[in-house]
Amino acid sequence: MIDLCGIERTFQVGGQLVHALRRIDLQISTGAYVSVMGPSGSGKTTLLNILGLLDRPDRGSYRFGGRETTDLNEEQRARVRRDQLGFVFQAFHLIPRLSAAENVELPLVLAGISPRERRERVAQILAAVGLGERAQHRPDQLSGGERQRVAIARATILHPRLLMADEPTGNLDRASGGEVIKTLETLNLQGLTLIVVTHDLELGARAQRRIRMDDGAIVADRGESA
Amino acid sequence: MRLEDTLRFALRSLATQRVRSWLTLLAMGLGTASVILLSALGEGARLYVRGQFSQLGSHLLIVLPGRSETTGGPPPLFGETPRDLTLADAFALRRIPSVETLAPVTLGSAPVSYGALQREVMVLGSTSELRPVRHLSLGQGQFLPAGDPERASPLCVLGHKLAQELFAGRSALGEWVRIGERRFRVIGVLASQGQSLGQDLGDMAVIPVASAQALFNSPGLFRILIQAKGPEVLEATRKAVREVIRARHEGEDDVTLITQDALLATLEGILRALTLAVAGIAAVSLSVAGVLIMNVMLVAVSQRTAEIGLLKALGAAQRQIARLFLGEALMLATAGTGGGILVALAGVELFNLSVSAFQLVVPGWAVPAAATVSLATGLGFGLMPALRAARLDPVQALTGR
Repeated sequence: MIDLCGIERTFQVGGQLVHALRRIDLQISTGAYVSVMGPSGSGKTTLLNILGLLDRPDRGSYRFGGRETTDLNEEQRARVRRDQLGFVFQAFHLIPRLSAAENVELPLVLAGISPRERRERVAQILAAVGLGERAQHRPDQLSGGERQRVAIARATILHPRLLMADEPTGNLDRASGGEVIKTLETLNLQGLTLIVVTHDLELGARAQRRIRMDDGAIVADRGESA
Repeated sequence: MRLEDTLRFALRSLATQRVRSWLTLLAMGLGTASVILLSALGEGARLYVRGQFSQLGSHLLIVLPGRSETTGGPPPLFGETPRDLTLADAFALRRIPSVETLAPVTLGSAPVSYGALQREVMVLGSTSELRPVRHLSLGQGQFLPAGDPERASPLCVLGHKLAQELFAGRSALGEWVRIGERRFRVIGVLASQGQSLGQDLGDMAVIPVASAQALFNSPGLFRILIQAKGPEVLEATRKAVREVIRARHEGEDDVTLITQDALLATLEGILRALTLAVAGIAAVSLSVAGVLIMNVMLVAVSQRTAEIGLLKALGAAQRQIARLFLGEALMLATAGTGGGILVALAGVELFNLSVSAFQLVVPGWAVPAAATVSLATGLGFGLMPALRAARLDPVQALTGR
């Protein structure tokens, strides 16, 4: 499903050129569960941003679902993000003034789906992540683990093909982190391709395929065949 | 994205910054209200002036000695011609069929004294016909009697204020006052009418025109006031006056004719221009409110950078994000404008109910103009922040930078 070829990304930091990604070649198949690990600044978040079409590579080719993405314009990329990609962030990124249900509803609102259908789908997915009772609570009334599960529900409500999680348990205690991981892995078992970027060795080890990055390059790739 | 969803989203985000939103609404409302109120003030003044003029008597034609060839300048107050306008001219003009009444007027300044009290006032020489022409009303006694205008009778009518000053509450009727070197018997006192065409009708004395000519030792008239039989014959009367004067003044119509309408039109033009100028100044305050909207929206964009990044990650198109923020700006502008219009209209009503002498009149163009300007302001000043939000880089926005 994902085919990266010779991807390079450089940043200008204080007059110095930083190579965030150096000639990355990577293939990920549909339904895979991939973890990306590595020290800070190794380029794993940049890789995720490029995979998620939030950022553009300076060089190289990125085919997503058989379609070349590097020549898409901003509006086309937004559309792919909306319909086929889901993001889960370390900082949750819930909108504080909206209730859990309204946060989950956002992608449906942006897609212009009718209010009645929205209500049904939101109720369904909140129940699936175990938050049916908390739908009307605002983010500040939810625990960290509950917030991240709301974010997961929001990321998956439009049935994306790929879910990307950047340190999904980074702001959580062990118990809520475990629940979040369980939720993500359940989704993966249902066929959703999952990429998790993490520092957490234990979490990284759970993935079938484990990629290690250092200084903008992939230095290890285990379990590729799985 | 559906329109109602866009609006609801914008409204919810405005509600989270309540104080800033209210202050912006206030500024917008004040700007709109001031445009409407100030233009209502100007329009009210214009209609007030028109009303005052029609009180003075319509279809009035004023004949001044001398002629200025330059149009548009002020009429010459004193003749620039060797030929005076005389009483004989006035008699000739009276024979024009379309003239209803005619009052010759001489004007001078003289001391009026009674006992030890003396007051320097304007002294008007005229005939009994001045009263209908200028719509004078009497407080006491009677006006100059009709009779031979060439007879210099020792009679006078005092203005309200002059009588008050000289007689201090006692009746002036039948008393003799000294005007210049002559003695006149008071036969009437004018009712208090205030100012008329810049002359204080209260502080003056009216004496027969022949007496005034003798007093000021001049045969020339200051002007002749002609009341035509109706507005439709005003133009014909004007022509006839020119012909009569030309015939009498050796082929030269060396007089200036002013119609009330021309004077009124000039004044109305001035007041209309003033109204527009004042409304324009108020519109500047609207654009200041627009700057406030821009400020609020820029703050909102920078405060909600992470939210914008999230919306982009969720797949919101640039156009959608621009529309969300523009929607907020337009909502502020619309609500502020609506409130301002209501407040202004209510204010005008309230003023008109409590003040009867002067009425505020909202001109028909004021409300649509104020609404258009303020909405355009909201749109114009909201556009830049909205575009800035739409163009944020998603990766940088997500990290809150």
